[in-house]
Amino acid sequence: MTEPLMKLEGLTKAYPGVVANSDVSFNIQAGEVHALLGENGAGKSTLVKTIYGLVKPDTGTMTLDGKPFTPAEPRAARAAGIAMVFQHFSLFEALDVAENVALGMENPPPMNDLAQRIKDVSETYGLPLDPSRIVGDLSAGERQRVEIIRCLLQDPKVLIMDEPTSVLTPQEVEILFETLRKLKSEGTAILYISHKLEEIRSLCDHATVLRLGKNVGECVPSETSAREMAELMVGGTLHVPEREVGERGETLMTIRGLSAPSPAEFGTSLKDITLDIRAGDVIGIGGVAGNGQDEFLGVLSGEIRVGAGQVAFMGQDIGQLPPDARRTLGICAAPEERMGHAAAPDMSLTENAALTGRKRKALTNNGFIDWGKTRNFAEDIIERFDVRTPGPGNAARSLSGGNLQKFVIGREILQDPKILIVNQPTWGVDASAAAAIRQALLDLAAKGAGVIVISQDLDELMEISDQFAALNEGRLSEPRPAQGLTVEEIGLMLGGAHDMEVAHLEAAP
Amino acid sequence: MIILEKRPQASQFWSYGAPIVAVFVTMIFGAVLFAALGKPPIEALSKIFWEPLFGEFNFFYLPQLLIKGAPLVAIALGLSLGFKAGIWNIGAEGQYIIGALCGAAVGLALYPMEARWLVLPAMLIAGAFGGFAWAMIPGILRVKFNTNEILVSLMLVYVAEQLLAAMALGAMKNPEGMGFPGSRNLSQYSSASSWIDQGHGMHWGVVIALIAVIFAYILFTRHILGFQIKLAGQAPRAAAFSGVSPARLVLFCLGTSGALAGIAGLTEVSGPAGVVSIDFNVGYGFTAIIVAFLGRLHPVGILMAGALMALTYIGGDVAQSSLGLPKAAIQVFQGTLLFSLLGIDVLTNYRVRMKRGAVA
Repeated sequence: MTEPLMKLEGLTKAYPGVVANSDVSFNIQAGEVHALLGENGAGKSTLVKTIYGLVKPDTGTMTLDGKPFTPAEPRAARAAGIAMVFQHFSLFEALDVAENVALGMENPPPMNDLAQRIKDVSETYGLPLDPSRIVGDLSAGERQRVEIIRCLLQDPKVLIMDEPTSVLTPQEVEILFETLRKLKSEGTAILYISHKLEEIRSLCDHATVLRLGKNVGECVPSETSAREMAELMVGGTLHVPEREVGERGETLMTIRGLSAPSPAEFGTSLKDITLDIRAGDVIGIGGVAGNGQDEFLGVLSGEIRVGAGQVAFMGQDIGQLPPDARRTLGICAAPEERMGHAAAPDMSLTENAALTGRKRKALTNNGFIDWGKTRNFAEDIIERFDVRTPGPGNAARSLSGGNLQKFVIGREILQDPKILIVNQPTWGVDASAAAAIRQALLDLAAKGAGVIVISQDLDELMEISDQFAALNEGRLSEPRPAQGLTVEEIGLMLGGAHDMEVAHLEAAP
Repeated sequence: MIILEKRPQASQFWSYGAPIVAVFVTMIFGAVLFAALGKPPIEALSKIFWEPLFGEFNFFYLPQLLIKGAPLVAIALGLSLGFKAGIWNIGAEGQYIIGALCGAAVGLALYPMEARWLVLPAMLIAGAFGGFAWAMIPGILRVKFNTNEILVSLMLVYVAEQLLAAMALGAMKNPEGMGFPGSRNLSQYSSASSWIDQGHGMHWGVVIALIAVIFAYILFTRHILGFQIKLAGQAPRAAAFSGVSPARLVLFCLGTSGALAGIAGLTEVSGPAGVVSIDFNVGYGFTAIIVAFLGRLHPVGILMAGALMALTYIGGDVAQSSLGLPKAAIQVFQGTLLFSLLGIDVLTNYRVRMKRGAVA
């Protein structure tokens, strides 16, 4: 066996009250794609931050190329050949691609040389990107390419990628994988973090599984089923959502010719959307981020008001009703952005429970808040949705993203809505919790509610929805039964709803 | 290297401790400042903090504490509503003046009718309304045209000062005043006087300020409106999602702070000040901004901060007259209080870490 490129031995890092990494050891070989698997809070982030020099381990050693490796800060890690693509991009929208790349460099070369190098690298690795374009105009996939190219210009030995596919379309994922395979063939090691097990199976050579900060096993993903890996991650049997498909019930909500300008500066206007939501429906809405998802949720939640006759709930025109009045009717929503939109970061979970729950849970009496009752409601959410927190008095910002997501979804589901609209319900949530959230959504539909799930995760949508539609530049394709849709058909729907409608009509008679 | 690290939750200890530490830091700074001016530092501090409360002449200074503290507390409470929601009313001074003018106008119009049950209440209502209406100008402009309420409310202070001058020299001038500027003395018109017990500094403004403290406390701890105000300030998008109407919140916060400032102005002009004169206003509307922040926008905190601020005013006067400290030195001292509070406030949300080994 060849000497590994990077060796991690006995890494331990404890924070007050929690051991993030406990005695973690594994090796990364040159020229392999090494997956790092684990639930939220399993210690993946702490581990990669240790490698990238952002966190100093309490005990344990790292070696790179046979030499001891103790980066004091990211700059030292980069100098040693470690590069990282973060989940959230750090790009300046007003600058062009080359300028953004230059900002991340220690000694940037003259702009013309740099642009040429960017072009070379992007051609070599099959990442089409024009260095003179303004970042603000780029799609999420293209922005990620800027980050990747920024890393590749350093000639890294180890490239760390944190959930790179969460923002990409299936086509963009394929391009990314081609690049990663090419890098691997040149001897670069890639440490790949993802929740998507199928992806890991098709891409990665080796996987290390973390659970509660410990290394609980390694496997070769291509020889292990997704289910086995998931069970390794959660340390138990995985619960796959199941549902009884009932008859479609009465129509609850009708949307007719809905058009609305976006309140955001670079937002997408909604154009002529028509949709019926019936009792018991789970309608999955796919689409690449930024195609009107936020606006669509806003129109249904009441944050964006629309003209008469566009949105009706059980025969009543609700386009002008504010959010609270809609909740009273039974229309609840959970927006994508948890911090600052679905929840107030600096407020306690109890206060956040009152944020949307006060009408349906009758938490106020003549405008006076019943804090005891509100606290009980928050405790109920925490218990039923397995939110990991010391108690409802803790600030929302102290929760990890996945835990707060469970709280937000739980808050809406426990209000027993008649219509529930969720955007990215399992984004950043670990496999077992995601399964629990999906199951709760299905149970809600089985009880006779209409559920709209907006998501970027096509696997998720195919798993739970019975109708599928796609948002593209603010237009919604005609919903089609999810069962039997092929990947090609979905790709077409995501790419442009209008063509699909024509094709559908022609195929229909 | 010293680094600041964001705490996962605001520190309970520092949110209560910061104002106390800030007062101590201010005292140390003040001592250095007074020493540099060649005055005995300890004596100067004791003149400011000790003399008015426990000194020989405290029978004179203690009532002053109520008289100076009440308008500060009432105005600061109103401002704190908006400040919590991210609505910046900087023009309380103007609302204070207009409230005083409207209330005084009613009182002067009814002169010399003797009916205490009617005159003073009517003046209070008119005063509250005057302040409210003056605050509605920036409010409605912001809601309708998205103007900046900071600028509009501040500019309206200067408009109000001109109006005051016009009134004191014109329409409200005392017909029996032998040509001197200024109105009739309202504090000597028994039906209009806001005094309850002049010897102890008790007037209706003090009572209303205390009632306002209780109402504000209940509003913030129990009522949905207080919750919505906090929510809108901390997370505007979450507030919109929750169903808070930003326009209504702007009008409520500005209106309430205007009304409280107006009442403070009216009780001042019909009590301690007595007459509508060109310069009866002494900047309470601006100082109240400091009081609001010093009290951490908390009703009880504002009550204590108002008392402390009034103390530095009175003690400052004592130090000026007995030690010959320049007025500017006292103002610097007061400014330091806000400065050190804001500085130490960082510790509520951040902790200081010493980091070794890292080379910048």
